[in-house]
Formats: sequence, C-alpha cells, structure tokens
Amino acid sequence: MLFLQLFWSFLKIGLFTFGGGYAMIALIQSEVTVNHHWLTSQEFTDILAISQMTPGPVGINTATYTGYTAILNAGYDTWLAVFGALLASFAVILLPVVLMVVAVIFLKKMQGNKDNDNIFRVLRMTVVGLIAAAALQLLTVDSFGQPALSLQFLLSVAIFIAVFALALKRVSPILLILSAGVLGILAYTLLPV
Amino acid sequence: MVKYCELFYSFLKIGTFTIGGGYAMIPLMEQELVDRRGWMSREEFLDQLALSQSMPGVLAVNMATGLGYRLRGLRGAVSAIAGNIVMPIVFILILAILFRHFRDNIYVERFFMGVRPAVVALIAAPVFRLAQSAKITWGTCWIPLLSALLIWLFDVSPILIILAAVFLGFAYGRIKLKGDF
Repeated sequence: MLFLQLFWSFLKIGLFTFGGGYAMIALIQSEVTVNHHWLTSQEFTDILAISQMTPGPVGINTATYTGYTAILNAGYDTWLAVFGALLASFAVILLPVVLMVVAVIFLKKMQGNKDNDNIFRVLRMTVVGLIAAAALQLLTVDSFGQPALSLQFLLSVAIFIAVFALALKRVSPILLILSAGVLGILAYTLLPV
Repeated sequence: MVKYCELFYSFLKIGTFTIGGGYAMIPLMEQELVDRRGWMSREEFLDQLALSQSMPGVLAVNMATGLGYRLRGLRGAVSAIAGNIVMPIVFILILAILFRHFRDNIYVERFFMGVRPAVVALIAAPVFRLAQSAKITWGTCWIPLLSALLIWLFDVSPILIILAAVFLGFAYGRIKLKGDF
C-alpha cells in the first residue's frame, strides 16, 4: 500500500512540476512532509542539501533519496528502500517522458498557440510563489535552532544571510553548502553551545 | 545513424559529471550533441530546449527524452534517459545507505547544523532572480504572493495552485483577446 501511495505521489509530482528542480521542491515537500508525514522537515532539508551536492538532475536526486527514506522510515529493510527509491524516480519521470514524446511528434501544432503562451506566462509567475513557499516552509526550529538568543540560532541566521547574498551573486551552491558545513563543524566544536 | 550505445554514453558523461541540476547540464548537452558529435543543428537543439522548459517534469530528463527521440525514436529516448540518470541514482543510493550509519556522528551532525540554514537560503535566492525573468509587475505580483501564502499558511496543495494558474492564464487570454476585437 505504501509503495502504491509513493508511486502515486511521485506520479503527481512529476506531472505538476513546471520550471525545474526548485519548483519541484514545494510539491515533494507538500506530499511527503505535509500530506503523508513520511519524512520530517529536518530529514527533507538534509536530503535537499545532499541532492544539490551530488551530480545529476536535482529533481531525480531528491526523488530517489526521498523514496528511499520514506520506505526506510516506515520500517522496511534497505533493499525495499532501494526499490522505493527506484519506484519514486521512475514515477516522477513517467508522465513527463510520455508527454514529451507526444509533444515532439506534434510540435508544429503547438508552436505559437496563444492560449499556450498565456498559460505559461501565468505559470512562470506562479512557480516563483511555489519556490518562495518551499523556502518559507523550511524556516523551522529544525533548521535554525530555538529562536531564543541561542548561539545556534544566531549562527544560523548569519549563515542564512551570507549564503543568500552570495547565491544572488551566483556563487556555486556546492561551494556554499560545503563552506556552511565546515563552518558548522568548526563553530559547534570550538564554541560552547 | 547514431548508435544507441553512443547516445547512452554521451548522456552518461553529462549526467555523471554535472553538479547543479538541469540548467548546468544544458551547455554540456549542446557542446556534446551539436559541436562535438554534430548529431543535430543548433536550431533543433534550441527548439528542444524551449519545448523542454514548457513541459512538466525534470528539465534534464525532458531534454534527454526529446533529444534522444529526435535522434533514434523511442529506443533513443530511453537510451538517453538511462544514460542521464543511472549514475546519479547509484551515487544517491550509496550516499543514502552510508548516511544512515554516519548520521549520529557528532561531526556529521554539526556539518548539517551549519548546512540547513544555507539550504533554505539557496532556495530563497532564486525567487528574486526568477521574479525578474517571469516579468512580474505591480499589477501581477499578487499571483506569486497569493500562491506562496496559500501553500505556506494554509497547506493548500501546490497542485491546486498550478491548476488554478493554468485556468487563469487561459481565461485571461480569452477575455483579453475578446476585448481586442
């Protein structure tokens, strides 16, 4: 049953992802942490970090890792979790692949369609909101620490501001994630937290 | 005629050595398929890019599907997709299995305590870049704002928001077009 739900969830996620991997984050988040509680918000944040640091399409990486963790969290063994990971990746690409093949065949009929252009103008704006929602939903105690004047909270806010500013200047995400991690090791080892 | 194994191998290289997702892969795909192999013209490649961006799904996989299909049909599409995603999936699975064992290590935990706020910032940053390229104005800024608030505060499914956006775009075009006549 869980495997069927996982397949169905990622089938939907694939079909409704417009505008790349970041837009997909809000959809996966809504399915796996809000609707089904397969993962905690903290687990999901860690998965996002790893998915961006490893090679390959971020959407595939996130789907694979989320599928694996969801099955493992439900109490199944590693091999079934690997099956869950493959199932999630397969489900997430299935409908878009079918649609793309159909689109290539009928390409000529789709170009310059006015309805199509209007729909995509609104979709592009909506996707900006979807990505903002994904970021807002990750503003949690799990990611930042208790918002009393704890050292972890202050350091987290500092890291957030620094990474935000550098990301706007198009510094590589891998470099930013690794630096934040090394800073975490140094700060939490050397300072009294 | 392009061989299936060549197609697989080209996408294997691109999938294995690109970090940073679909947008980082596009220039590599162009270089490999258009410049190095000469399998297709730049125009055809750019046509496929526009189509991939306007269809649902993972951008890199959409590109692999369309390019593979154009070169060798259905089996070509499958070869390209498989090449594109096989190594990333293997890497992620190895990491996922290993991370279970190291997660409780104190240094790994501290590493992720530093990384978590950085990940949130990395997701927040493209919001502002994309807001510019989506040509959002004062008249239309309620669209992304309302979408974000409905999902964040009221747990509305992003799927419903996408469906509403499709309807709104369609209706807007029809009403505006009528006004033009």
